[in-house]
Amino acid sequence: MQDLDNILSSFEGKSGELIPVLQKIQNELGYLSEEAMLRAAEFLNIPESKVFGVASFYSQFRFTPTGRNKITVCEGTACHVKGAKGIKEEISRIKGIEDGETSSCMEYTLEGVACIGCCALAPCITINDDVHGRLDKKKVSDILKEI
Amino acid sequence: MHKVSLTIDGVNIKADASMTVLEAALENNIYIPNLCYHKDLNPAGTCRMCLVEVNDPNNQVIACQTTVEEGMSVITDSPRLKSVRQITLELLHVNHTQDCTHCGKNSNCQLQEVTSYVGVNEARVEQLRKSSPNIEKDTSNPFFIFDHNKCILCGICVRTCNEIQGVDALQFGYRGVNTVVSTFMDKPVIESVCESCGECVVRCPVGALLPVDEMKTSREVSTICPYCGVGCGIRLGIRGERVVNVKGDEGNPVNRGRLCVKGRFGYNWIHHKERLKEPLVKKEGKFVKATWDEALDLVAEKFSRYRGSEFAAFSSAKCTNEENYLIQKFARAVMGTNNVDHCARLCHSPSVAALAQSLGSGAMTNSIEEIADAGCIFAIGTNTTESHPVIGLKVKEARRKGAKVIVANPRRIDLCKKADIWLQYRGGTDVALLMGMCRVIVEENLTDTSFIARRCENYEAFKESLQEFTPAYVEEITGVDPALLREAARIYAGASSSSVLYAMGITQHSHGTDNVLAISNLALLTGNLGKPSSGINPLRGQNNVQGACDMGALPNVYPGYQKVSDPDVKEKFENAWKATLDESPGLTLTEIVNAAHKGDVKALYLVGENSLLSEPDGNHVLEALKKLDFFVAQDIFMSETASLADVVLPAASFAEKNGTFTNTERRVQLVRKAVNPAGDAKPDWWITSQIAKKMNHRGFDFKNASEIFVELAALTPSYKGITHERISQKGISWPVKSRVHKGTPVLHKDSFSTASGKGKFFPLKYIPPAEMPDEQYPFILTTGRSLYHYHTGTMTRRVDGLNILKERETVEINPGDASLLGLGEDDRVRVTSRRGEIEAAVKITPNSPAGMVSMSFHFSESPANLLTNPALDPVAKIPELKVCAVRVEKI
Ligand code: SF4
Ligand code: SF4
Ligand code: SF4
Ligand code: FES
Ligand code: FES
Repeated sequence: MQDLDNILSSFEGKSGELIPVLQKIQNELGYLSEEAMLRAAEFLNIPESKVFGVASFYSQFRFTPTGRNKITVCEGTACHVKGAKGIKEEISRIKGIEDGETSSCMEYTLEGVACIGCCALAPCITINDDVHGRLDKKKVSDILKEI
Repeated sequence: MHKVSLTIDGVNIKADASMTVLEAALENNIYIPNLCYHKDLNPAGTCRMCLVEVNDPNNQVIACQTTVEEGMSVITDSPRLKSVRQITLELLHVNHTQDCTHCGKNSNCQLQEVTSYVGVNEARVEQLRKSSPNIEKDTSNPFFIFDHNKCILCGICVRTCNEIQGVDALQFGYRGVNTVVSTFMDKPVIESVCESCGECVVRCPVGALLPVDEMKTSREVSTICPYCGVGCGIRLGIRGERVVNVKGDEGNPVNRGRLCVKGRFGYNWIHHKERLKEPLVKKEGKFVKATWDEALDLVAEKFSRYRGSEFAAFSSAKCTNEENYLIQKFARAVMGTNNVDHCARLCHSPSVAALAQSLGSGAMTNSIEEIADAGCIFAIGTNTTESHPVIGLKVKEARRKGAKVIVANPRRIDLCKKADIWLQYRGGTDVALLMGMCRVIVEENLTDTSFIARRCENYEAFKESLQEFTPAYVEEITGVDPALLREAARIYAGASSSSVLYAMGITQHSHGTDNVLAISNLALLTGNLGKPSSGINPLRGQNNVQGACDMGALPNVYPGYQKVSDPDVKEKFENAWKATLDESPGLTLTEIVNAAHKGDVKALYLVGENSLLSEPDGNHVLEALKKLDFFVAQDIFMSETASLADVVLPAASFAEKNGTFTNTERRVQLVRKAVNPAGDAKPDWWITSQIAKKMNHRGFDFKNASEIFVELAALTPSYKGITHERISQKGISWPVKSRVHKGTPVLHKDSFSTASGKGKFFPLKYIPPAEMPDEQYPFILTTGRSLYHYHTGTMTRRVDGLNILKERETVEINPGDASLLGLGEDDRVRVTSRRGEIEAAVKITPNSPAGMVSMSFHFSESPANLLTNPALDPVAKIPELKVCAVRVEKI
């Protein structure tokens, strides 16, 4: 509650501020919580459905908290062709989380993303800021054991 | 309106200059395919189906967003247009579940219509088709289903919820191929702010939003919604002998097809198995079935033993005008007493009493339609969007058109979100608030001096009484910031026309009459009477509460508010009814209960009232009813009150009889029989006539409701020009002075209907509510209504879907108070007043101010009126239902 008040205090409450407000909330809280969006809606006098509509339009926003480790699976064309889907399923299986979810221990977050620019290494994933490429299921499970 | 000429496909047409090409074409019966257009909404121009060529084949424009111009030449079909449309349309089909034959929208679907016109390439569609529907249907709402796999993303539902309903439950969510119509957080509809009005459902062009009960009907009957005083026009859809759905009547000027959740979906009680189907007579404490003859003979024989003030009748604001007329006639002419009253006592008797003194007529001065064009709307003591939902839509419409909205309410009601100013004043301090506004207006010379000089009286005395209401004094009493009060006064006085809407928040007080007089002072001061979109507008609660008052179901007046104490009037009615009448006013509802308690009233005829739940101090009522010698209840269900009766007579519901209702704007509208009564039930008018006839009284020989109307119109000056035939297409607002007079949407145009013809100012003093919080009872309890239920719930609580939407009573309490009391959401509490105690679950909400708790009175298991204070307004005798002191404890 207190955090949100602080976050909102640097804005005027005009509807045009929606995106900067959402960005600031995400920067501070790591994601857009339901409560935060409701507060933003009230503060900016915008319907809550609209706040969600806008937030869900931009891929930069997320609605679940992130874990300490962020695992992203590239779903770009090259990786897709080389079996990104299987890689993602393997991660889901091992960590028990689906796309966009965070494990209950708050340790891992899994996310599918568009091409990350390492097509030569396809299929690839990133864990936090490190890229891991030329993966198969075996390699993935080895890497996951290390974090 | 300025017209322009243009050609569409070579056909010369004329169109209003403000029309779009699509509107002009459709109006001239030229079809242009369209999917995202809806006549009630702003064009979105997103489906691109309405593409046309204007003046040049290379100039393709969107017809729904292009305004007509002089000399324009429009081509609606060409190979190029066809191919563009086809590709767009095929993309919709690719994502659309193809099960037309099983779809409720089959034969009535815009996608089918456009497809049959444009045509699609099946092979191409098949190739691209999504494998299977992949979004689960949202069946959370009890009244409609949302199947995203059929949605064509036309946005009509989104715009409806925004532009018409002002609720904004729906929006487009996500992007690209994942775009869907979604609620906040993409939750099931029922968990969103959706009010289940169904407006989006009736506009969805395809089968994506469909009523659960969607089915074709064999015939339709136009009639009037049986719930609130707005009086929306509805069409009952019938199959076989049953009402199977309800549609809004587009032709009715009150609602133009719009309905709220109760009106649209709350009809399942009509054929409910618990309907009373035969007369019941109590023998040795148990009800046994009886024939009509047995029951009526018994009633007639027993009633014959009582005369005058030993008898009393409660009439019903749910019944028709014809029935109310007969019930008061029965009490007066047959039983020889003016002891007849109805539940208006509990809602708007102060309006009737106060406005009769100040303006001469106690009803809405202006029509519902006009609200949308007001410059300022001042909504005080009304939770309009919950209690009068379709009038709430008008307020929202006015706001979209630029009106300023001032809300005065202790609670943060829904309308506060749409308000320019919210005056959060302490419950029961209305006089101080309003007189404070008046003082600002006088001080700042914002009064309408010529209006005051020409049309008002008693101004000086009133002005004198304003002195006391200094901003500081007003702030001390009401808690409202003087600057805000000043701003509200300026807005109200400064607007081109200002309309006051008010309801029970003003009237249900021990000084309710003063509250209404304060409103009338404010309107007179600024000349906001007698002109369109202004006025004083008491919003009446029940469907026919206006009519029940008009028909003289009141102890002091005959039909048309003609005083029982006036000898000329008495003579007129004695001649008409061929009976000797009593010139002394009878007892009011609350007084009747007291008299029964004392044993003075011995026999009671109660029609369609559930007094135990709607009266204050319910325990006292219970005792009083038990003391009666003979008690007859006439209702559609066995209510808590009826179960105490000696004889229960089964009545026909609104869908099973003919007659008229008069809505809150004084519009008399025709109620039509759609189906036969349940079992052996009979219309109330028939039952009352039979009792009178069995008691050997003349003047009750009616074949139908229309004959009764002829008699009542002859005796009621304001209804004089009305007949059933005349209102068969469209209702008309009284006074209707003759068969050719067009009715009176705006009252007091040239003069007021007071004796002097002038509007009268009233000097007022602030008097606190009768019961204020103290150490023992530290909270103020206020009672209210829920959108999903109606009155004491006899009808709505038998509609499963409405129970799902609101299943039980809650006590709303402020978060601060809750934490002081150690309460969590849903905790059970005991609420105790000096008169009784009840239990209910807690709902914690900042909408409730600190120090106040609120409840509705729809639920018999938590009957809030066991707690309320029967302290009466001295003039109108309304009890103080809005304010009483209570204690809240966790259990
Ligand atoms: S039912 Fe009414 S409130 Fe609910 S989404 Fe549709 S239009 Fe909005
Ligand atoms: S649900 Fe119906 S009205 Fe809403 S966008 Fe989809 S097709 Fe249009
Ligand atoms: S607003 Fe009133 S009259 Fe209209 S549909 Fe709803 S309950 Fe019926
Ligand atoms: S597609 Fe995966 S990195 Fe480019
Ligand atoms: S109807 Fe014109 S773009 Fe949809």
